[in-house]
Amino acid sequence: MKNLFSKIAVIILALTLTGCGYNKFQSLDEEAKASWSEVLNQYQRRADLVPNLVETVKGYAAHEEQVLTEVAEARSKVGSMQVTPEVLNDPEAFAKFQAAQGQLTSALSRLMAVAENYPNLKADQGFRDLQAQLEGTENRVTVARNRYIETIKDYNIAVRSFPENLTAMMFGYKAKPSFTVENEKAISSAPKVEFGDKK
Amino acid sequence: MLFFNSAFAALAEIPALSSRVTDATGTLSQGEQAQLEQKLAAFEQKKGSQIALLIVPTTQPEDIAQYAIRVVEKWKIGREKIDDGVLVLVAKDDRKLRIEVGYGLEGAIPDLYAKRIISEVISPKFKQGDFYGGLDSGVDKLIGLIDGEALPTPSSTTSGGMGVMDILPMLLFGGLITGLILRSMFGTFFGSALNGGLLGGVVWLLGAALGGAAVFGVVAFFITMMLGSRGINGYSGRSGGYSGGYGGGWSGGGSSSNWGGGGGDFGGGGASGDW
Repeated sequence: MKNLFSKIAVIILALTLTGCGYNKFQSLDEEAKASWSEVLNQYQRRADLVPNLVETVKGYAAHEEQVLTEVAEARSKVGSMQVTPEVLNDPEAFAKFQAAQGQLTSALSRLMAVAENYPNLKADQGFRDLQAQLEGTENRVTVARNRYIETIKDYNIAVRSFPENLTAMMFGYKAKPSFTVENEKAISSAPKVEFGDKK
Repeated sequence: MLFFNSAFAALAEIPALSSRVTDATGTLSQGEQAQLEQKLAAFEQKKGSQIALLIVPTTQPEDIAQYAIRVVEKWKIGREKIDDGVLVLVAKDDRKLRIEVGYGLEGAIPDLYAKRIISEVISPKFKQGDFYGGLDSGVDKLIGLIDGEALPTPSSTTSGGMGVMDILPMLLFGGLITGLILRSMFGTFFGSALNGGLLGGVVWLLGAALGGAAVFGVVAFFITMMLGSRGINGYSGRSGGYSGGYGGGWSGGGSSSNWGGGGGDFGGGGASGDW
């Protein structure tokens, strides 16, 4: 008899938890982590391209030291960051991460702008391939970031709306930080070079 | 429409997907569209991958890459989980084009290959105003690259439209009605045989193997035989519409009129270019 009661209690508990959105948090939280990992992957992919790119540009434009150093510094800063999934629950670390990636983005776009001044560099097949890869990666970053923003929106709505917010409070699910718009703008226009005398 | 656009600052519209080649600008002639369509359909039949072409006047206010990702998120070309879809997008008035590559083909078509196809194969022909030639040889290159990739063999139940299993309930229900009608028209034995043949044929059209379709037909024959002895007379009008709907509507696998994406995902891979 006691056994039966405990079984019923478990079932009732399970039903209540479902009703309060506990399971919803589980899946939203996982989705958020997955889309965050995708963002990290693409940023990593970009960081991996940088050394080759810097080397290639150096071959043709070694005296453009300032921008080359800038890129190298931004790259090493990005590389030295410890990025764990916990960053998602820490707005400050998230902002730092975003700032570092943003810095690399703008350094890279300056580098590509400088490259426009070197016809031999632009004609180099290796450089053109790297350029195509960089463009593709920047585009993937944009896509991953947009998807992350969408996922986090769903998650944060759930965390903040009644009655799920009670469940969220009980189990310690907090609103997660998302990317800001001005930064996104900088990233989505990164590989573009706006020189009047381009063509 | 103009008012609508200005009032909401709307994004460029995404055309409905109904065939592999969608030309919203009237650049390609009917014959050229049909030729490209045929080439892509043959490739999909052989390899399973879906390639779609889209020509729009402009993608403004968006960048071509942003517009392209919205298109593939809506169209979902490529097979589900295999993600082997490719979109070739041309924004004619912007003089920009993009090859958007599904997750599963990012290895077969790396960004820089996509870039080279654009700058070395397609753009030179576009510059001369030869849109068909550019697209045709670009598609050839893409097909060549995908062909070299080991992908799961195409299975007709997942390519495009719906599988037999998805509409089994409708088939059973429809089969019951057509069975009763055919029996009342042709007598028990011939009506049942006809119904069996009809259903077997529909299943076969939907992409089942010939043997499986035959078994299905025979089973349908026996079930129709065993139905109540009275037929129904008043249904013939309705039955025409019903079975007609099957033949044209759901045979999405092979026909061009109702082609659809298979559920493939994209992550922004590919390259953009101009001419």
